[in-house]
Amino acid sequence: MHPALAVIFLTLFSGGGFGIAALTAIVNDFQIDGGLSPLQTMVAMILSLVFVTIGMLSSTAHLANPKNAWRAFTRWRTSWLAREGVFAVLYYPFAVLYLIWIFFTGGTHDPIGLILANLAGIIGLVTVFCQGMIYAVLRTIRQWNTPLVPTNFYAMGLATGATVLAAERIIMGAPAKTLVGMALVLLTVSAVLKGIYYFWVSRPRGPSIRTATGFNRSTVRILDQGHTFGTFLTEEFGHTLPAGKARGIKVMMYFFAFALPIVALAAGLALAQTTLAWVAVLSVIFGIGVERWLFFVEAQHVVNLYHGRQQC
Amino acid sequence: MRLGLVIDLDTCVGCHACAVACKEWNTSGITAPLTDYSPYGAQPSGVWFNRIRHFEVGDYPYNKTINFPMSCMHCENAECVTVCPTGASYKRAEDGIVLVDQSKCMGCNYCAWACPYGARELDRVSGTMKKCTLCIDRIYDMEIPEEERQPACVLTCPAHARMFGDIDDPESPVSRAVRERGGYQLMPELDYDPTNHYLPPRVHAPIPTEALKKKAARKVKEWVNRVVER
Repeated sequence: MHPALAVIFLTLFSGGGFGIAALTAIVNDFQIDGGLSPLQTMVAMILSLVFVTIGMLSSTAHLANPKNAWRAFTRWRTSWLAREGVFAVLYYPFAVLYLIWIFFTGGTHDPIGLILANLAGIIGLVTVFCQGMIYAVLRTIRQWNTPLVPTNFYAMGLATGATVLAAERIIMGAPAKTLVGMALVLLTVSAVLKGIYYFWVSRPRGPSIRTATGFNRSTVRILDQGHTFGTFLTEEFGHTLPAGKARGIKVMMYFFAFALPIVALAAGLALAQTTLAWVAVLSVIFGIGVERWLFFVEAQHVVNLYHGRQQC
Repeated sequence: MRLGLVIDLDTCVGCHACAVACKEWNTSGITAPLTDYSPYGAQPSGVWFNRIRHFEVGDYPYNKTINFPMSCMHCENAECVTVCPTGASYKRAEDGIVLVDQSKCMGCNYCAWACPYGARELDRVSGTMKKCTLCIDRIYDMEIPEEERQPACVLTCPAHARMFGDIDDPESPVSRAVRERGGYQLMPELDYDPTNHYLPPRVHAPIPTEALKKKAARKVKEWVNRVVER
């Protein structure tokens, strides 16, 4: 699959943004580490809104005909893409109202504030689920057609959000012990789930060139694709990654997405170093970005069977 | 009614005439134009509704070249329609034809991701998804003679390897051909239930190519050739 930057940014930033919103609600619900102060909550919600907006804007860059983008909200009965759009837009009023409420009343965890925060958080989490289902429903791409895809989107969105929140507390000089612990747990869970995912999709299965052509009892080879240069199909679906190169990039991804943020957050808390908190945030965003790039480039669409691939 | 194509892999000669006729008709049809990108350049590309691949089936000396034309299968479980967020992709209730409303499409490519058969191609110039219409602007045209109310690819095929008809009617020529020749669907395991069916090559007695008894005239000719060469 063609790893378009627009969809990488969409899932990376909106996932992280919704993760921040959901965890802000949870932290203020239970007053974890004393809860977030009004200023800290506002910074968190602004970061969440900025992340989600970056994601939404970059998703429109993926459209070839964006003037019809408003129609994407109409088919929510059948399409997960439409559902994602509806919930992503529904997130804004609650997040913005919470922000306004804190600005004028300072009420981060009074009943009205908490209702707004939790609604924003829940809608954000529903959006992340819809986002994962966009990919998980496609029977044409075995690397995506698994419940581990929405699971991973959840884990990584929450891990990114937790890293940002914990780093924010360290940088603003507030107690962050439980928040850092939460971030470390979520980062570890994400790393393990991604490992399970890679194990699950490691072996080819599903359609082969034989079932694609119907010659189930013979060897089938392509003689000619029928075109002299690339087509939409080869440009969109033809991308692959050699196994050796993929392994190297995955090691790098694990380092930046999980290992470095875990070490940087723990050390940042212990040494009260704000620089390390910044390192953790930048590293997790870069690392999860690489993970998303791998997610797209490693997805092998069955149409490749008609361009000579024996299995996908 | 469930309109679709039946393609005979036994007689298809791989001439690409169906693809050319399709392009000619549909570039002024309801989802026109079928844009070309640098058609006379070094890297010609563009939108086609019909693509023909060529496969080698079996191993030498029991191998065979199979020419494999593919267009939209007008699936019964058309996931491309299910996933479309704008409602631009739709499947007609009356005849099962899958179409894209060009005025609603936002060009997100999601339907192309959902299609296992590569039937949908994005037109970079209009920014919309385009696909086989089963020549809907021909098959219902009351102004042309009845025998011409068929898709352009079917009319043009010089090998009569393409048939058009109602797969729901058990006595239609297409249904009978599928029944009698063992017609099949592509990638049935994905459960898209495509309407288009493919007829496998007929089983022929092998034509011997070695240890043939040579005719006397040929023997003389070969002897002369050898002598003259020396």
